[in-house]
Amino acid sequence: MNTLQQKYAERIQTTLAKYPDKRSAVMPMLYIAQEEYGHVNPEGIQQVAEICDMDPTQVKSIAGFYTMYSEKPKGEYWLQVCVDLPCALRGADEFHHWLLHELDIEEGGTTADGVFTVEHVMCLAACDKAPMLQCNFHFEENLDKDKMRAKLKAWRDQALAAKRGKK
Amino acid sequence: MITVGGKQIPNIIYREKDIPNIREFDVYVKNGGYEGLKKALGMTRATVIQEVKDSNLRGRGGAGFPAGVKWSFIPQNNAVNYVTVNADESETGTFKDRQIMENNPHQLIEGALICAYAVKAKAVYIYLRGEFWDVAHELDKHIEAGRKAGLYGANGTLKDAEGNPFTVEVYTHLGAGAYICGEESALLNSLEGKLGQPRVRPPFPAQKGGGLYGEPTVVNNVETLANVPWIITNGAAAYKGIGVGNSTGTKIFCLSGHVKRPANYELPFGVTFRELLYEYGGGPLDGRTFKAILPSGGSGPIIRVTDELLDTPLTYEDLQKHNSILGSASVIVMDDTTDIVWVASKVIKFFKHESCGKCTPCREGTYWLDKVLDRILRGEGRANDVDLIANVAANMKPTTLCALGEFAANPVIWTIKNFPEEFKAWVEGDRKGPQLAPMALPSPAAD
Repeated sequence: MNTLQQKYAERIQTTLAKYPDKRSAVMPMLYIAQEEYGHVNPEGIQQVAEICDMDPTQVKSIAGFYTMYSEKPKGEYWLQVCVDLPCALRGADEFHHWLLHELDIEEGGTTADGVFTVEHVMCLAACDKAPMLQCNFHFEENLDKDKMRAKLKAWRDQALAAKRGKK
Repeated sequence: MITVGGKQIPNIIYREKDIPNIREFDVYVKNGGYEGLKKALGMTRATVIQEVKDSNLRGRGGAGFPAGVKWSFIPQNNAVNYVTVNADESETGTFKDRQIMENNPHQLIEGALICAYAVKAKAVYIYLRGEFWDVAHELDKHIEAGRKAGLYGANGTLKDAEGNPFTVEVYTHLGAGAYICGEESALLNSLEGKLGQPRVRPPFPAQKGGGLYGEPTVVNNVETLANVPWIITNGAAAYKGIGVGNSTGTKIFCLSGHVKRPANYELPFGVTFRELLYEYGGGPLDGRTFKAILPSGGSGPIIRVTDELLDTPLTYEDLQKHNSILGSASVIVMDDTTDIVWVASKVIKFFKHESCGKCTPCREGTYWLDKVLDRILRGEGRANDVDLIANVAANMKPTTLCALGEFAANPVIWTIKNFPEEFKAWVEGDRKGPQLAPMALPSPAAD
């Protein structure tokens, strides 16, 4: 039994039971690996391959195809800003640039303290609530500068408190 | 209730507007929930399919294909069939299905189960885009509520017309960020744990060898299936009483962009653009006028706003008269501050990112269209650049396996056709630097 199978036994069993073919579980398993290691690393890929009865190369190709799996470490808060047309018509490009400037990073970059990563993404199906972003897979909508500043502060405080707690 | 032209009709899909908390199982059941399923189980499968055919319910994902006809393609004598719900909702400007799953999830589940009964399916898989992480986890709880009540699943207590227990299972499956997985054969590949790339057809999903795990499979959009319980409960004739001609029932219009009140509006087919944009959308932002509309997200041809267009009824047929499509009815509105070449570039960037890479014309075509449009928008456009991108786009259209390649050509083909003066101003004129639409409503970046 590998680490994921031991730590996430129940979730893995429930997921495998949904499908007649283990391979179908590769996407949910990659989410579990990402949760465990913070990103999809070679260890995670190897274990997912074992669980789904696949070749690690096949698992890696799946991980690379989708934008929600990251093969590189990200900040504690992974902010994906929608800058697609409907959002851009309501100021999303400017919001995205402002956010990068506020955190003093480049597109795709992570802040020096490791708390935030910012990248732009395509349509997130919240076009009536722009500007918006996805933070660790949860939607934050109808944003403006003040709201965003408050959120950034709250998240940073939480991340730093958690780090102190670990030490 | 929906008020149109002084008349009131009930919300078919967004019933939370009339019944608060209908998302909860008990509230849904108290308000007639799952009666459609029970009624269907008392009918023969053929009768259920005929009723849906008679209602003229058309696929709400974009193609508008009659749902009942699709269901009738599934061979009833096959041992294992499947239903998959397309909840990948990734078209630029589309955000209607999320609201259904969040606020009236049981109606989707019930519709999918009626479909499963009609086509003798063993299980329903609801494929949600990965970004609907929270939606999917809530949906799991709602599914569990109906399962616990014995309506479906291994311990289902209902019986079908032949006296057999109804034990269809319902599962969710999360994608992970890929527009192409909303294309039905790519969705099936993704659900099987393969790369989300389209398959060569035939065989089609409804045929042996073409569906999920090679078994005949119905793939229907969320909104399509959410209509089904109403149709079975109230009958096809009542359903046809709503809407116009071959566009029956209500449609959810996702209104976004330069309007005062962007939102989802459930309205009967046949309302006009004017009603949608002014009565519901609240009209243009102060001091602006409407310029262009993408009626079907990034995929459909862009149209210039004229008085004639504003008086056009929103139906599948009427949009065709304007050389466009109703599609998924994701209506993106742009006002006079919008640079149409910039719009083309934005939409091409979407398709370039979302091209799955399988077909060369789409993969390379979107890449080069993006490059040349960027060049034009830097003010460095060359005399033949417009002809060049028109040519690239025209060659993408007929040469790809799935519709994405065709859709990806549209923003270039139709912006050039319908707004030639904008390209001219960039390439031959003195337009410099993109005239980005200024911040519309609360202005986040204006310090």
